[in-house]
Amino acid sequence: MSEKVLMKGNEAIAEAAILAGCRHYFGYPITPQTEIAAYMAKKMPKIGGCFLQAESEIAAINMVYGVAGAGKRVMTSSSSPGISLKSEGLSYLAGSDLPAFVVNVQRGGPGLGGIQPSQSDYFQATKGGGHGDYKMIVLAPASVQEMASLTVKGFDLADKYRMTAMILADGTMGQMMEPVSLSEVETETYDKPWAVTGTKMQRPHNIVNSLSLVPEELEQLNFARYERYKQVEANEVMYEEYLMDDAEICVVAFGISARVSKNAINEARKAGIKVGMIRPITLWPFPKDALFAAAQKVHTFISVEMNMGQMIEDIELAIRCTKPVVLCNRVGGMIPSPQEVLAAIQNADKGGNA
Amino acid sequence: MKRIAIFCGHYGSGKTNIAVNYALARKQAAEKVAILDLDIVNPYFRTKDSQTELDAAGVELICSDYAGSNLDIPALPAAMQRPIADRTYTCVIDVGGDDQGAVALGRFADQIKEEGDYAMLFVVNFYRPLTRTAQEAFEVLREIENACGIRFTGIVNNSNLGPETTAEDVLCTGVKTEKLCELSNLPLEMTTVAAPLLGEMQKKLRQVFPLSLQKQII
Repeated sequence: MSEKVLMKGNEAIAEAAILAGCRHYFGYPITPQTEIAAYMAKKMPKIGGCFLQAESEIAAINMVYGVAGAGKRVMTSSSSPGISLKSEGLSYLAGSDLPAFVVNVQRGGPGLGGIQPSQSDYFQATKGGGHGDYKMIVLAPASVQEMASLTVKGFDLADKYRMTAMILADGTMGQMMEPVSLSEVETETYDKPWAVTGTKMQRPHNIVNSLSLVPEELEQLNFARYERYKQVEANEVMYEEYLMDDAEICVVAFGISARVSKNAINEARKAGIKVGMIRPITLWPFPKDALFAAAQKVHTFISVEMNMGQMIEDIELAIRCTKPVVLCNRVGGMIPSPQEVLAAIQNADKGGNA
Repeated sequence: MKRIAIFCGHYGSGKTNIAVNYALARKQAAEKVAILDLDIVNPYFRTKDSQTELDAAGVELICSDYAGSNLDIPALPAAMQRPIADRTYTCVIDVGGDDQGAVALGRFADQIKEEGDYAMLFVVNFYRPLTRTAQEAFEVLREIENACGIRFTGIVNNSNLGPETTAEDVLCTGVKTEKLCELSNLPLEMTTVAAPLLGEMQKKLRQVFPLSLQKQII
């Protein structure tokens, strides 16, 4: 029998989290990510873990704070409106330098929006969302297999850099089923000497806290945190290059948009158009260097996103506005068709850059 | 052939796909065929997605007024009652996943059992993560029976890995299926096979049911 299992993206995240050693899940149901909670509710009691449906998103993220402070792997998951509610907690986690793993299976917004897929929380995920200077590591899977592998990676990175790692997926990635192999999951373990685990009268107290009333000290904490972020930017950028060797046009897309774009690129290649793709796998840290290098050889970039144009700003910054960047987008729960992306590629090939 | 065929099973086991194909197949021999979408759990992947094909074949689709509308409202229309009560209908019932989904079937349980002309089929895909073994599948089977108040009458082996499924992938689940039949004391009613594998599988298995219509996303 094949060692593969047929999983929904949401289920793959849940199972991979368990394989990564997560034994604490706190959440509040919201479509289209409820399968994560449902899976955890079934599985956690059987393996001695804790599944708890909190009374609200705000309660759930603060439970995450508590377990993270105790040095255990912990996660929560939600969809767009729920992540907004959790944003205060995300800021507190950052201010306390705690590792946490958070999943956002995005839906159309703003407000309550709809239940169909979207990528309109890009700004929220990559620029903050909560208050204060902080970053999260943002991972953008484009297959059910990556939903699993990036979940394990997310837990590792969170522990390594003492920060929140977020999976930024969308409703399609959460709901779609694909065969997944989970037999080769490898995860790192990190010492957590800062964890609040009881002194046993043998060491000084550890304190987990984001309150700092002395401005000179708070400034130093921010400086130190950003030194760590620099390390993340230097070491942890992930992206996929597709047919970029001879490309004159570069599509930039992540998640489900990248899958659609790949189909369009294959069609365009058949018609002799030299087009490739850079697919950011980490949205923060953003693959700035790869894009800047690509800008030396392509004449146009096309940003394919399911929002009103958010990642496009990071592309323009990364290439320092040296080349035109065209937006190809759908919003509100709509997914761009391969034909729409192909039309954008054909237009760019004819020299159109608006 | 029973007048009412009910498809239940674990979440994501393939119930809707089988129910739609089964209704289309029954329509070839029966005048009046209705398919009832009883799923009150999941707002995606509904019977409604196949409305065009069902309409074209003359199969009556009865589902929530909100199915496919993105409104996540777990309500069932009164019209569900008609093909269950009207014994001139051949009736295919697509039930929501797990015991939570099966609760909705309980509303019709007494009526269906009183008439007694039904097949209650447990759909299993041994490649799904929470039904990897016969024992796990058997637990889900019992949970569903307890939730809806109807005992199963047969097993449907729908083991597959999506479009990349090979004949071997299906055949090697035979042992688990036999074990499940033994645990539940139920017969294997059918093994489902996607169109590309049909010719090969018909030579190797009895009671193969072809899934000609496959709804795919991206």
